[in-house]
Amino acid sequence: MTLEKLIFYVLAAVVILSATMVVSRRNPVHSALFLILAFVACSGIWLLAEAEFLAIVLVLVYVGAVMVLFLFVLMMLDIDIAVLRAGFIKLLPLGIIMAIAMAAELILIVGPENFGLQEYAAPARHAADYSNTEEIGSVLYTVYMYPFEIAAVILLVAIIAAIGLTMRKRPGAKYLDPASQVVVKRDERVRLVSMDAEKG
Amino acid sequence: MELFISLWEAFPSDIQYLVWTLLKIVAIIAPVMLVVAYYTYAERKVISYIQVRIGPNRVGPKGWLQPIADAVKLMFKEIIIPTNANKLLFLIAPVITLGPALAAWAVFPFDEKLVLADINAGLLYILALTSMGVYGVIIAGWASNSKYAFLGAMRSAAQIVAYEIAMGFALVGVLVAAGSLNLGEIIKAQEGGLFAWFWLPLLPLFGVYVISGVAETNRAPFDVAEGESEIVAGFHVEYSGMLFAVFFLAEYANMILIAALTAVMFLGGWLSPFQGWPVLGPLFDWVPGFFWLVIKTAFFMFLFLWLRATFPRYRYDQIMRLGWKVLIPITIVWIAVVGLAVVYQLPWWFD
Repeated sequence: MTLEKLIFYVLAAVVILSATMVVSRRNPVHSALFLILAFVACSGIWLLAEAEFLAIVLVLVYVGAVMVLFLFVLMMLDIDIAVLRAGFIKLLPLGIIMAIAMAAELILIVGPENFGLQEYAAPARHAADYSNTEEIGSVLYTVYMYPFEIAAVILLVAIIAAIGLTMRKRPGAKYLDPASQVVVKRDERVRLVSMDAEKG
Repeated sequence: MELFISLWEAFPSDIQYLVWTLLKIVAIIAPVMLVVAYYTYAERKVISYIQVRIGPNRVGPKGWLQPIADAVKLMFKEIIIPTNANKLLFLIAPVITLGPALAAWAVFPFDEKLVLADINAGLLYILALTSMGVYGVIIAGWASNSKYAFLGAMRSAAQIVAYEIAMGFALVGVLVAAGSLNLGEIIKAQEGGLFAWFWLPLLPLFGVYVISGVAETNRAPFDVAEGESEIVAGFHVEYSGMLFAVFFLAEYANMILIAALTAVMFLGGWLSPFQGWPVLGPLFDWVPGFFWLVIKTAFFMFLFLWLRATFPRYRYDQIMRLGWKVLIPITIVWIAVVGLAVVYQLPWWFD
């Protein structure tokens, strides 16, 4: 049990430190990399809580896909850090007040008096062959069928809308239809000529 | 001897477990590394013979010591860190590439009982780890503070994200057909000889998986991330010596992993191709499963080299088109087909 606690505290420390770094680093690429570290450490904590499926999906989706795109955009953009940091001192008091308010709300709601061990008993340990994935799947596709499907459709609409918004036709762009390139035959492109060798 | 045993038993069981696990990890990693070394040699030899050359033939008999010589040379070379490069990220990038490539072997079943961590979500674990390999490339390209390296990293990021979706969907088909995420269970679901393996009912997914496997490892004809003729060497242009070698190790370890995974997902892993057949089945019963796995893996490893020697590099927009507009729709359609086949228990495979 002590080893487990130790691992938990190490991971929790990594999450908090890297989350602090995300907001405090000057370089946005560093911030994104620290966010990735926070995600990985978080997934470690979820593994400790026996939520293997969610932990692996967190790494797969957020670390493996979302953050790659984030980094992609951050590295492509020419971000002027001076502009980003302008007004830091002026807005600092407001920021501190907001942070304190949010932290207070969080502690009030998720604090031990609402979610403590006396409210909810610690869940029992499952056997090694207990399949998390199966349990989530069976609940997701029976009890929560409609919310799940509705969320999926909303996401699909969002994808189509995002593509529709960013699609633009450039009139001057030269474009070749790949299908017509594929069906090209040799005779249309290559002309073999036989020439007599020059003498002398 | 008895002294050693009593000394060993004096340790607490947790420590014994830890030491055993570490030993097992060494027993997996050391052969993988050896195979990587000789895979580079095989690559040079195979491509040479395809191109009517001889290839390395000077170091040792028939050039067998060439990989060792290469490794020694790379180890003694200077590691140059470019000015204004981000030193920590520059040094850490090769490690980030190699780590996931080796960690994925943890759940790999070498034989019926021969697996380091027999976990339920093995397939998901492998997907998650292989998706982390791209960070090495991106960080290397960015930290190098070089145009070419950066271009290579950008290309690689876009390409890997595109093909990862196709690859993941192909594996979704496999897990629907097998009804399990455990790699051992996936193999057991394919019992019954050559034609019961998943390559036949999941043929389109098999093709998609192999193609996106080649793309994921940044190998020819999808090697635009390196693109020697356009951007010098892509993301690792600034790397030298052992740091470069680690990138190389990671690339080859990834190739071996993809080849072995293809064998597990679609060609029945350690199952014999003649299993359950009259005459031939009992005749090959004595062959250990590991042997079949090695043969299948070796075939796909050869395929990687064969493709490299045969095809010219894809154009970048064609890579994107193939990934998004061809492979992903194919996998989505075939997942639906497999789903229906499993629900209605279609004869031959899913009844």
